[in-house]
Amino acid sequence: MARRKNRPIRKTRTGESKPARRNKASSQSEKRNNPLGSYLLRHLQNFLGTLGRICRHPVSSLMTMSVIGIALALPAALYVVVENGRAIVGGWDSVADLSVYLDRQVSAEAADELARALRDEDGVAATKVIYADEALEQFRELSGFGGAVDGLTENPLPHLVVVRPRPNLAPQAIEALGTAISGRPGVDVVQMDTEWVSRFQGLLDIVRRGVALAALVLAVGVILIVGNTIRLDIENRRDEIEVSKLIGASDVFIRRPFLYSGFWYGLGGGAIALLIVFGGMWLLRGPVQRVAGLYGSDFTLSGLHFPAALAVLAGGAVLGWLGSWFASTRHLRQIEPGQDL
Amino acid sequence: MIRFEHVFKRYPGSHEALSDLSLHVRAGEMSFLTGHSGAGKSTLLKLIALIERPTRGQVIVNGQNTARVSRRKIPAYRRRIGMVFQDHKQLQDRTVFDNVSLPLLVAGIGHREAGRRVRAALDQVGLLGKEKLAPVQLSTGEQQRVGIARAVVSKPDILIADEPTGNLDPDLSVEIMELFQRFNEVGVTIVIASHDHQLVERLGMRRLELEHGRLAAGY
Repeated sequence: MARRKNRPIRKTRTGESKPARRNKASSQSEKRNNPLGSYLLRHLQNFLGTLGRICRHPVSSLMTMSVIGIALALPAALYVVVENGRAIVGGWDSVADLSVYLDRQVSAEAADELARALRDEDGVAATKVIYADEALEQFRELSGFGGAVDGLTENPLPHLVVVRPRPNLAPQAIEALGTAISGRPGVDVVQMDTEWVSRFQGLLDIVRRGVALAALVLAVGVILIVGNTIRLDIENRRDEIEVSKLIGASDVFIRRPFLYSGFWYGLGGGAIALLIVFGGMWLLRGPVQRVAGLYGSDFTLSGLHFPAALAVLAGGAVLGWLGSWFASTRHLRQIEPGQDL
Repeated sequence: MIRFEHVFKRYPGSHEALSDLSLHVRAGEMSFLTGHSGAGKSTLLKLIALIERPTRGQVIVNGQNTARVSRRKIPAYRRRIGMVFQDHKQLQDRTVFDNVSLPLLVAGIGHREAGRRVRAALDQVGLLGKEKLAPVQLSTGEQQRVGIARAVVSKPDILIADEPTGNLDPDLSVEIMELFQRFNEVGVTIVIASHDHQLVERLGMRRLELEHGRLAAGY
């Protein structure tokens, strides 16, 4: 072949010391004849290059990220609401407490014994005896009927055993526990408010499922938002893509910067979502604390803890990547060079 | 090096751009493709670059039947062909250096090696020292040289050019053609489409005259 005998001339012309690398070899596979270092370097270049490109168009980039941020903030905020709701219920263990009123003739010692026995019962976390005298004293102080109480010749109140079920015990189990206790000798009546607990937990379940649903819908939304942005981006850089294709850039090569752009949009959107959620929390914390104070609770609004915040960021980045993957795979295929050659 | 065997090309809803065209360009040969516009010059080049595929017939480039190059393999195939365009097809937002290094970047050639090759290519077209400029800062002739540097930087076996002097005055055109000749001297197979008959005549290279999608009589 004529090429062969001409190659030495070429080498001297270009002043190369190494033998010219044949393009035939590089045509085999982009990755194989690349040292890993240069492969990673190209990714790093794209990684930083796309960030630079985004920073050069701050307004439009920020707008895209804000839309993504709002979409991500919604499920994140709902998640915070549910978590706090759970904390409220968890903090109000006493709601599930069973009040076991004993017969009047039962002695204090017998009450102690019953409390001990109940403590060993399955599903019971703790028991406490409120003696009739104590109860009367408390009633005298708190009820405002002090004078009337003083007029009593004998204590009308029975001893009371407060039974605290294990946390997270299902309402039905609490109910069963109450029924069992009420069957014991010396027990007059068992009072419980499991209905409220089961309602609240049911409500929380609905909300939790709603959050999951909203998150799913909004995730699809984010994918579409990023996809659309990337589609416009591709349209704007049509010339560049055509030239790249003409000089032999593979689809993977051309797609790479768009994938990284999507990644950055998603990550930026996640960051904005966190800003929105934390900003909202900051605004709500004071009022919530005041209301909690009115209810005699020391409840404070808790925010997104670190893993959840990280999940919002990572979720944004992954969705951004996915959105740009769908868009670029679809639209890059449609751009074929040379119609105007 | 480039062989057309009974090639037909018909664009949808259009006339036959090439009709029963057979030709052979040998390795290391430099030939001109002439003919009036619409004679099929661009189509012929597009078939070589696999921008279009023939309706019928075979195009064999560098021993490879282009019909067997799948869509996925086209990038690798194109890396072995340098292309020069009438409108240069430069990326305006990048420097001359970045434009010329694009084919090396695409081929995954390392940074340092790419830099050396880009400077060598720019040296060959006489633009060393202008690598940091943007394409718009160059004259039309210089921009075409950048286009040529980009086409040769990856040392292709074949160089195809579509009206590379279409926008240039006669003096610059001669310079550009001489540049092509120098690359041809080191063994690159070159096909240049041009309607500038005078210039082609003067250079005394092989001419392939197309007429209504086939070789004109006598070629």
